[in-house]
Amino acid sequence: MVTTPLLSIGVEPLRVDGLVSAVSGEGDGAVVSFLGLVRNHNAGRRVRYLEYEAYEPLALKVFERIAAEARERWPGVRFGLQHRIGRLEIGEASVAIAAASAHRADAFAACRYAIERVKQIAPIWKHEFFEGGDVWIEGATADPEDRRARAEAERVACA
Amino acid sequence: MRVTVRLFARLRDVAGASELTREVAPGATVGAVWAQLTREFPDFAAYERSISSAVNADYARMDREVRDGDEIAFLPPVSGG
Repeated sequence: MVTTPLLSIGVEPLRVDGLVSAVSGEGDGAVVSFLGLVRNHNAGRRVRYLEYEAYEPLALKVFERIAAEARERWPGVRFGLQHRIGRLEIGEASVAIAAASAHRADAFAACRYAIERVKQIAPIWKHEFFEGGDVWIEGATADPEDRRARAEAERVACA
Repeated sequence: MRVTVRLFARLRDVAGASELTREVAPGATVGAVWAQLTREFPDFAAYERSISSAVNADYARMDREVRDGDEIAFLPPVSGG
């Protein structure tokens, strides 16, 4: 049997079904999964493809941190997070998250929280290649100790 | 003493290298290493207020003192997901 790592980063295509079964147990009444996809447009540009890069050892530690934060906020949630790097074509999945819990509210909230935190603090970058050029996308200044950012992720997760 | 500098995304493009080795003064902070690089690569200055840093693959503040052999990473604003 192949075991699915719950937290990972790599060039292999993402399989959300493996992640869903890896986090789900007999005591769970809900599992919520999320796939982030490469879309064909961004900020008025026609996107051809994306290249993701990461500072991998730190990214894995950040995934562990996000998992620990989610467990602290929603005890009992089982949680998996995988991010892809390298060249991704339109429609491919860049990130897969699954959160399983006894009840659906916690599973939905933990899943949403995780993707918000990935966008805030994971040392990962997308290089967008569009028709007519390319650009590095620069979003949030990463600061895992920023309490306001964490509170904002919780607020969005529980909205 | 010598440190390894890791650069990502646009910083890597600007410097033309993902990894550099630099001599720094004893007692230098992460911020001092950044200032030294900004003199070398003036385009880095645009990141003065948005840069994050890590030492040996853990997030660290700019006032952190570096040691001989440390790996210092400079991280422009992130865009995973």
